[in-house]
Amino acid sequence: MKPPVFSYHDPRQTSEVLGLLASLDNAKLLAGGQSLMPMLNMRFVLPDHVIDLNRVDGLSYIRAEDGALAIGAMTRQRDIEFSDLVRARCPLMHEAIGEVGHRQTRNRGTLGGSLCHLDPAAELVAVAATLDATVTVAGRDGVRTIAFAEFPQGYMTPAIGPDELLIGVRFPCWPDPHGYAFVEFSRRHGDFAIVSAAALLTEDAAGKVTRAAVTLGGLGPAPVRASALERALIGETIDEKRLREVCAPLRQCEAMEDIHAPASYRQHLATVLSRRALLKAHARLIARRNPS
Amino acid sequence: MSATRTIAVTVNGTAYEKTVPVRLTLADFLRHTLGLTGTHLGCEHGVCGACTILLDGYSARSCLMLAVQADGHAIVTVEGLSPDGGKTLHVLQQAFHEHHGLQCGFCTPGILTTLIELLRDNPDPSERDIRVGISGNLCRCTGYHNIVVAALAAAKRLKQSSPPAAGPI
Repeated sequence: MKPPVFSYHDPRQTSEVLGLLASLDNAKLLAGGQSLMPMLNMRFVLPDHVIDLNRVDGLSYIRAEDGALAIGAMTRQRDIEFSDLVRARCPLMHEAIGEVGHRQTRNRGTLGGSLCHLDPAAELVAVAATLDATVTVAGRDGVRTIAFAEFPQGYMTPAIGPDELLIGVRFPCWPDPHGYAFVEFSRRHGDFAIVSAAALLTEDAAGKVTRAAVTLGGLGPAPVRASALERALIGETIDEKRLREVCAPLRQCEAMEDIHAPASYRQHLATVLSRRALLKAHARLIARRNPS
Repeated sequence: MSATRTIAVTVNGTAYEKTVPVRLTLADFLRHTLGLTGTHLGCEHGVCGACTILLDGYSARSCLMLAVQADGHAIVTVEGLSPDGGKTLHVLQQAFHEHHGLQCGFCTPGILTTLIELLRDNPDPSERDIRVGISGNLCRCTGYHNIVVAALAAAKRLKQSSPPAAGPI
């Protein structure tokens, strides 16, 4: 239960990181360490080189930019959790981050690390999918952006090249007010989500849905947008009965099976959690519009 | 590329300079290099919380950090909670003693450091705040009840004492 032998590098600039990635074989990037260190301790991964990102300048920030939040890859989850800007502009992220691991892991864990690790149950990945985030990746040739829908290529495999570094993420903000909710089911608080549901809603003055985004996490290798459900919600008035109807088809969604839950239970959770998330999002929107 | 590095770390108020293997975890540095065995290893993959220490005042899993990452930082372990170098217990430790908040004591160092941070950030926690706050620490003995009772008692006593109980925290 100890890390294998490796060479350790602690660059100070992004350019140095890119130089190291281009010249070293079998190198792993160390961000918050909350996923990589367990893998090193259990020798699930045997890198020849570990490139520590914790002393690299300029990768930790939370900024409002043109109707979006720009967050640096090395921003600690803790900083996101306590950010007034995130709470105000992206309340879905604020609600979700409280479910990410525990206080101790959030103190070290980073946004970029979570997104690149791409655990199927990761809350931040589900939030990025719901908000149609854009990921910025740097390589020796320059910088490129990736739409989040294209980011997960497969199980724990992001669309980043071996010589590339994720440097920041842009989260477009929904208008104020909007309805939001993040719900997850796990056996104990802080456990990996078995299934999670993220919902964002806007409604017109008559209470009809004008826009909806719903993401289900934990069903497969990456969170999935429930696009059919999103389309079905447009023009609808949210109530429990109608939600039961529109969420019911999720019973047939593709779901994985593992020691935590059979596929049928995950499918059941998909219908329940999507309904609960939408009800909660709707209630929040009503409350924001009619403060009593 | 060298397999070792020299690091400067302050632990419980004392400055150390040590040469360590780069793959040495912070937990093993504290336990073996410095002989501070109060920090325990229960899982070495970040789920049990027994290895939790305070890094620059923030709780963190020492099994999930490399010692070299602590270079230039300040660590507080359970050995550093006493306000006077071990003659008396921290208010929190005293509360654990009085309210039977430990049995075998294996999880206790991690729970104490976690609660030090929690009580500093939230001096008036509810029972739920405590239970959520220690959800990253596993205890196989107590069933958590007396841990929560002790934490609430400590919170009450800390609020009453003015100035707040001292220590390198």
